[in-house]
Amino acid sequence: MNKLIVFVKKLTGTRLFLPLFCLVLVLLSNLIKTPTFFQVTIKNGVLYGYIIDVINRASDLVILSVGMTMVVAASGGTDISVGAVMSVAGAVCCYILAGGLQTVNEFQNPYILGVLAAVFAGMLCGCFNGFLVAKMKIQPMVATLILFTAGRGMAQLITRGQITYIRVESYKMLGASIPGIPVPTPVFVALLVVILTYVLLKKTTLGLYIQTVGINSRASRLMGIKSSRIIFLSYVFCGLCAGVSGLVASSRIYSADANNIGLNLELDAILAVALGGNSLGGGKFSLLGSVIGAYTIQALSTTLYAMGVSPDQIPVYKAIVVVIIVALQSTELKKMAKRYQTGREVGKKVA
Amino acid sequence: MVGFSQVGAESDWRTANTESMKSTFTEANGYKLIFDDAQQKQENQLKAVRNFIQQDVDYIVIAPVTETGWDTVLQEAKDAGIPVIIVDRMIDVSDDSLYTAWVGSNFLQEGYDAVAWLGDYLKKNNRSDDDINIVTLQGTIGSSAQIGRTDGVEEKMKDYPKWKMLERQTGEFTQAKGQEVMESFLKTYQDIDVVIAENDNMAFGAIDAIKAAGKTCGPKGDIIIISFDAVAAAFDSMIAGDMNVSVECNPLHGPRVAEIIQKLEKGESVDKIAYVQEGVYPADTAAQEKPKRAY
Repeated sequence: MNKLIVFVKKLTGTRLFLPLFCLVLVLLSNLIKTPTFFQVTIKNGVLYGYIIDVINRASDLVILSVGMTMVVAASGGTDISVGAVMSVAGAVCCYILAGGLQTVNEFQNPYILGVLAAVFAGMLCGCFNGFLVAKMKIQPMVATLILFTAGRGMAQLITRGQITYIRVESYKMLGASIPGIPVPTPVFVALLVVILTYVLLKKTTLGLYIQTVGINSRASRLMGIKSSRIIFLSYVFCGLCAGVSGLVASSRIYSADANNIGLNLELDAILAVALGGNSLGGGKFSLLGSVIGAYTIQALSTTLYAMGVSPDQIPVYKAIVVVIIVALQSTELKKMAKRYQTGREVGKKVA
Repeated sequence: MVGFSQVGAESDWRTANTESMKSTFTEANGYKLIFDDAQQKQENQLKAVRNFIQQDVDYIVIAPVTETGWDTVLQEAKDAGIPVIIVDRMIDVSDDSLYTAWVGSNFLQEGYDAVAWLGDYLKKNNRSDDDINIVTLQGTIGSSAQIGRTDGVEEKMKDYPKWKMLERQTGEFTQAKGQEVMESFLKTYQDIDVVIAENDNMAFGAIDAIKAAGKTCGPKGDIIIISFDAVAAAFDSMIAGDMNVSVECNPLHGPRVAEIIQKLEKGESVDKIAYVQEGVYPADTAAQEKPKRAY
């Protein structure tokens, strides 16, 4: 019995327990109204089911939130330009692949060129943000506000205000699935980004450096860490993630829709980091927490669709669930609960 | 001399709208057009209108970014004695006399047209007596296109007791959201007969979702796709056999505005609200219609 209590305490004590608990709770709530929620079948050689939708649709956000976690941890600020950067990356890729035309049925340039250019464009945007934050010491939100507003304009310029369509089967694969493989491709892309980042952080000292800089950048500079370089790199990495995410989003709709790719996704990415139990003030961070947060947000959207909540009420339900999740994780609430508990125990003893 | 303040150039539709104005108000037709692109910002439009007043143009045409915030600048135009014609989106002002006329689409009528087309189509295919299950992908909630099209469909659907609206959900006028919502619909309901998408982009997303679920759509498929706007890509989709019909949202406002200006020039009175002509384009004529389309 004692062992069990210790085990439960240990389990609930880990950092990832609460975010994971919330995700599971959101998913399980579907069983009330949609008993088939966890049913997975195969259609057209691809896995098919609500749960697959959640995992597939969350991929863009997972990739974004990985980058966002680095930025938050290192600079204690947020990069609000990621949604716009996604749209820039999508526009660059489609512009190159379409060779400047509006609708094409075959690539005008090699696929790999478009992909590399898109990722490069994302990193370039990240360099710009990083330069403003790390070197010019501008507040992150103000610095990234520039690309937040200008980014979509740039994407519009590239696509000349039109939606550029790439109607090529192989272009759709990144956002849909590769023939013969039953799992949607975005899932692999998200997994790859998460694993590579995780390994990079664990195998090198980068993760430690980012935390150190985030906790106290001056102290870490005195220790010999180039804090401005770490912050700069985190923004470049975030831009890279936004570029990859933009590619996936653009491939899903096989076009560059400069107005809508990644629209409002920067807010979801920040929310994912927060839901993952990370402090938005920087310092200690958990990459997996953010990833779980991203899946939770998508699980919530899919749940609301599955439950048939009317569209004008969806934002209200989302807000309520987010408030509950954030409240569950707040340390103040935990303290209050503890105080209440000890108060009761003391009361018992006295009696 | 006519001053035209345009929203921006965010879509094919908008570009066609601008083009229509430019090609109508040419010097050959006896006009001088001053064109201003507001790049989606109302403050740019306010500035443009004030510039028009200073340049003492004869007419001001505005395609407003937002509905509100026009009272002051329109009062200035009225004081200067310049008639103002609003195109596309409606404006919300305290005093209706601040603008002379409004030209735009009748979204409610578009909804009626969609239902009328579906009624005819089902009759032609001997399905009038069948139960018909419908789902709707709505536009951004609260936009005038969403309200008009949803209400128009709902109102006329009452004449068809066999039709059932299973669910409405917003796809926010985007292809990605349209696809996501359709994926969910397909899992909840096994027997969807008709999808109404309140713009073409959402219809494209819905078509992808239907194909991924191993079902078929279009004139030869299981699911009927009804869409709105009739942009160029919608004609491609109809020619490919994926979409059944698209109800036009006509961006060619130029001639209608010119008509109003001509009337005003002659001193005649004009109707406050003027709708543009809009057609219904089914798949079987799409291939012939496409080359004739201006957008």
